[in-house]
Amino acid sequence: MVKSDTWVEIREIILRPEERTGNLPPETQRVPLEMRLKGFLLKEARLGEQVEIRTLTGRRVTGTLTRENPTYDYGYGKEFIPELLEIGITLRALLEDEHA
Amino acid sequence: MHKDMSYGAVMGRKNEIMKKALGMDYARYEETPLAFDYEAMMKDVGITLEEAVVIQREAAVGNTPLIEAKNLTALARKLSPEGYGAQILIKDEAANPSGSFKDRRASLAVHMAKKLGYKGVVTATSGNYGAAVASQAARYGLQCIVVQECYDSRGEGQPEILEKQRKCEALGAEVIQLTVGPELFYTFLKILEETEYFNASLYSAYGIRGVETLGLEIAEEVRRRYGKDPDVVLATHAGGGNLTGTARGLQAAGAWNTKVVGVSVDLSGLHMASDVDFNKKSFTTGHTGFGIPFAAYPDRSDVPRSAARALRYMDEYYLVKQGEVFYMTEALAQLEGMERGPAGNTSLTAAFALARTLKSTDILVVQETEYTGAGKHPLAQLAFARDHGITVGFGNPEEEIPGKSIILPASPELIGLRPQDLESLRRSLIKNLVTQRQVTQVTARDLEFLQEETRGSEEFVVKTLEELGIPVCAEDAKRG
Repeated sequence: MVKSDTWVEIREIILRPEERTGNLPPETQRVPLEMRLKGFLLKEARLGEQVEIRTLTGRRVTGTLTRENPTYDYGYGKEFIPELLEIGITLRALLEDEHA
Repeated sequence: MHKDMSYGAVMGRKNEIMKKALGMDYARYEETPLAFDYEAMMKDVGITLEEAVVIQREAAVGNTPLIEAKNLTALARKLSPEGYGAQILIKDEAANPSGSFKDRRASLAVHMAKKLGYKGVVTATSGNYGAAVASQAARYGLQCIVVQECYDSRGEGQPEILEKQRKCEALGAEVIQLTVGPELFYTFLKILEETEYFNASLYSAYGIRGVETLGLEIAEEVRRRYGKDPDVVLATHAGGGNLTGTARGLQAAGAWNTKVVGVSVDLSGLHMASDVDFNKKSFTTGHTGFGIPFAAYPDRSDVPRSAARALRYMDEYYLVKQGEVFYMTEALAQLEGMERGPAGNTSLTAAFALARTLKSTDILVVQETEYTGAGKHPLAQLAFARDHGITVGFGNPEEEIPGKSIILPASPELIGLRPQDLESLRRSLIKNLVTQRQVTQVTARDLEFLQEETRGSEEFVVKTLEELGIPVCAEDAKRG
C-alpha cells in the first residue's frame, strides 16, 4: 500500500494505436503513446491501481500507479569500455615530444 | 461545457492556443501566403542585442571562457602539411548555469514570460534546453513544465535522455515523459491550453536573440586577443537556432567575413519516429534527423514561423560520425583536461578535421561545449549501444552504419569531413515552402523572400520554381 502524499510515478495512455496520427512507421503505429509523470499521491492506493496525483505545478492528473519514490537508475553504463582508455594513451604518446 | 480534448480537436485549436502562449501575433509578419518579414519579427523581440547582454549577465548566463585548445591544435598541426593546422579555440558554454549554451536561449524567453505576466513556462524538448528553461524559471520564480520524448514502448530510455530528464527535475521542473512519436506536440498544446503558461519555444525570436550574444562574444574576444576576426566558426546544427543566433551575432559585431559552418552527426537510415530505432542512436540531438529536415523546412517547429533559419546563414555543412565524436570527446578530456559533451563536441570533431586543411595562421572557433556526467558520457552511451547489439570498436569511421556500428577512428587522421550539398538543401527548402504554404504561383515579393531564405540568386530561385511547375506572376514581378 502506498500512502497518500507519497512522491510517485504514474503511467497513462495518451493515444491508443488507432487514435495515433498517420505517417508513423508501423512499429510506432501499433503501440500506444504513453506518458509517465511524477507527483504526490492524493489517496492511499496499491501499485497498479488508477490514482490521482498532484504534480509540482499543482496540476491534478490521473493514471496507473507504477512507482513509489521513483529513483534514477541510469549511470555510466553496465560495462566499462576499455577502448576509450586507449584513445588518451595513444594521443598523449603522439604529443610526447611537444611536452619534452 | 468541457472542451473536446481529442487529437483532432486540440490540433484544430493550434493557432488560438499558440497565440495566447507566445504573447506575439505572428500574423502581422505575414506578407503574402508564402513570404513573411523575418527581420521585422526579430526587431519586434523588443530586446536589443545590448539589452540581451544585460539580461543574461543578471541571469548569470554568457560571458563564458574562450579556451585555446593548445594540444588539439598541436595534434592537428602534427598531422598536417607544413604551415597548416589552424588555431582551435573552444567557447566553454558548459560554464553556463545549467551547463550549455541553451541558457542563452532560455534566459530571454523566460525573461519575456515574466515580463508579460505569465505564471509559468512550458517547453517541448529532449535536449539541454529543458534544463536551461528549468534553470531560468527557477531564477525568475516561475513554474516550469518540460514535455520530453523519453522512452520506447517498452519503457526503455537512452541514458542521455534520462539524464536530461533528471536535470530538469533537479532544477524544479515538472517533466512529462512520453514514448516515441510526433504527437508529443498534441500533449504540448494540451498543457499550454490547460496551464495558460508561456510557450518558451526554442524557435521563438526571443530564443534566437538570446544566442546572438554568443556570436558577439566570440567576435569581440577573438579581435581583442588576436587582432582579427575568426576565420571560421563551427556550430553543431540540429533545429538551426544555434547556428542562426551565432551567425547573427557575428554579423551584428561586423564579422561579415567569418565563415559559418554547420555540423551534424550522421544518423542517416534511422527513423526519428521509430519506436525501434529510438534506442539505436547514441546522440539525441545535433544529428541529421533534425539537422536536415529543419534546414530544409524550419517552420516544422512549435511556432508558426521559426526564427531559426539555418540556410540564411550557413556557409558550409559537414557530417561527422558517432564514433568520431566519442573519440574527440575523449581527446578533449585527455589532451585539454576538459571533460565535456559528448553531443556538444559534434562541431569540435569537424573542427579538428577542418583545422588540418587550413593555414596555421587561421583561427577556428568551436562555439560550444556542454556539461557531462552519468548518462551523458561516452561510457554510458557506448555501453548502452553494445547492450543493444551495436558493434563498438576501432576502425575506419567511413564504414560506420548508424544503428549497426560505432567505429572509433583507428587514428586521428581518419576523422573525416563529409560536405553536404547545400544547393540541394536550398532546393528542398523552396519546394517545402511552396508545398506547405500551398502556393500555386509566386509574386515579386515571394521571389525576394526565397532568395533571402536560400541566399540563392534570382536565377536559382526561378529555375527551382520552374522545375516545380510554379509560375512567377509576371505583372506583379514587373511592379516589384
